[in-house]
Amino acid sequence: MKPSLTPVQKLVAHPDSRCWFVSWNPTGTLLASCGWGTRPSGSGDWRETLGFDATTCIWKKKNDDFESLTVLEGHENEVKCVAWAPSGNLLATCSRDKSVWVWEVDEEDEYECVTVVNSHTQDVKHIVWHPNQELLASASYDNNICIYKEEDDDWECKATLQGHTSTVWSLAFDPSGERLASCSDDRTVKIWKESPNQSEQGDLSWKCVCTLSGFHGRTVYDISWCRLTGALATACGDDAVRVFMEDETADPEQPVFSLAAQVTRAHNQDVNCVSWNPKEAGLLASCSDDGDITIWRFQPED
Amino acid sequence: MSGGTTLENANPVIFQRSGERLLADTDADEDVHDPIDDREIFDLIRSINDPEHPLSLEELNVLEQVRVKVNDAESSVDVQFTPTIPHCSMATLIGLSIKVKLLRSLPERFKIDVSITPGTHASEEAVNKQLADKERVAAALENSSLLEVVNQCLTNKNT
Repeated sequence: MKPSLTPVQKLVAHPDSRCWFVSWNPTGTLLASCGWGTRPSGSGDWRETLGFDATTCIWKKKNDDFESLTVLEGHENEVKCVAWAPSGNLLATCSRDKSVWVWEVDEEDEYECVTVVNSHTQDVKHIVWHPNQELLASASYDNNICIYKEEDDDWECKATLQGHTSTVWSLAFDPSGERLASCSDDRTVKIWKESPNQSEQGDLSWKCVCTLSGFHGRTVYDISWCRLTGALATACGDDAVRVFMEDETADPEQPVFSLAAQVTRAHNQDVNCVSWNPKEAGLLASCSDDGDITIWRFQPED
Repeated sequence: MSGGTTLENANPVIFQRSGERLLADTDADEDVHDPIDDREIFDLIRSINDPEHPLSLEELNVLEQVRVKVNDAESSVDVQFTPTIPHCSMATLIGLSIKVKLLRSLPERFKIDVSITPGTHASEEAVNKQLADKERVAAALENSSLLEVVNQCLTNKNT
C-alpha cells in the first residue's frame, strides 16, 4: 500500500480569523490553537500567548483553568514566537525588533531576562530549542538561521546558517537533535547537520546537507519533524500539506528525502502550521488562514 | 510624507484613463459562467488615488492593464506596478494600497501577488519582500495611522 495522508477530523476553530498556530500538549491529549495575533505554545501546565503589544503572557494551569501568571515585557514590538527549553527552566522569545531574549525561571515562577541577543538584522520569525541540549535556533526575515549556546552566563550566537534566499519562517530539530530542518519563502526546505569540528573560538559548524526544492508552490510557513516516525511535514502557502520520508539507506552526510504523501487542497487558504502528535505516531494537526484545524492520519508504506 | 510639503515628483506625466469596459452579449446571461478576467481586476484598482497627487494610479501609469494577470481557475492574481520615479518613497504604501484593495474585493481563495515592475525602483527587492510577507502586511494594517492613509488612497473621489 502506498503511503497516504487522510483527514480524520476538521475543526472550525476560528471562524472569524486566521488560525495561526496549533500545538499539542506533551501527552498528546490536548491541542491548543490561536487566531491572528496570539500564539500559544504547549508545555504541560503553562501556556504563553503573544500579542501585537510586544508582551508575552505566561498562563499557569490551576485545576481546569488557566490563570495569568505574569507578563513579560521588554521587546520593542510584536513578539513572534516563544519556546520553553526541554528542562523547563529557560524560556526564549523572539520579536520583530530583531532580538532574541532568553529568560530564566526560578521555583517561585519568577522570570528574569538573562540575555538579549541581536544577531539578526531583521524580524526574528521563529525559535526552537534542541530536544535534549541547551541549544537554541532562530529563523529570520534576514534569510539566516542563528544557533545560540550559553557561555559564561551569557547566550551567544555560535553559528549563522546561510543558504536560504528569502525569509526563513520556521525550524524543526530531528528526534536526536543532530539535524535541523528549515523552511522558507524561497519555497525550499533545507536540512542542516552539525559537523564535529569546532573552531578555536568555540563556534559551531552547521552545513546544509540536503535541499528539497520543486515541491512547494509558494512560501513554506512551517515544518514539523515527527519524534516517533522521523517523518517531516510541511505547511505551505499553496494550501497543501506534504509529508516527506527519509531514505534510510542513504549516506547520513547526504540524506535523501522523498515526498511520501501530499494533499494539494488540504485547506481553502494558506496552511500556517503543522504539528505531529507527540504520542500517537502518524497523527498530524494543521491549521490555516481559513480558520480551520484539520487532524490527519499519515499511513507510511506497509 | 518625506520632504515636508515638497513633492518628490512635482510634475508627473499624466496618462489618459481607459474607457469603460465593453460588455459582451454573454455578460448579462446568468447561465454563462464568466471567469474573472484581467480587465475586472484592473477596474478594481485603477482608480486608487496616488498618495501625493490628486490623480489615480492609472493616470500616473503606475498601473497598466498589461501588468495585471489573473488566473481564475488557479485562483491567482499577479499585479506589477511602476513607481513614477526610481527613488519614490511611496512605493511600499502604493503597493500596500493595491494589495489591501484586492484582499478586500476578491474571494478568499485568491493568492494575491503585488510587486514592482522589474528594474523600475531602487529598492525593488526590499519592497517586494515586504509586500509578500503576510505578517508584515497584517502588522502594517494594525497601525491605525497607516491604515488611515491606505483608506484615503482607496476612497473613490470620482463618484
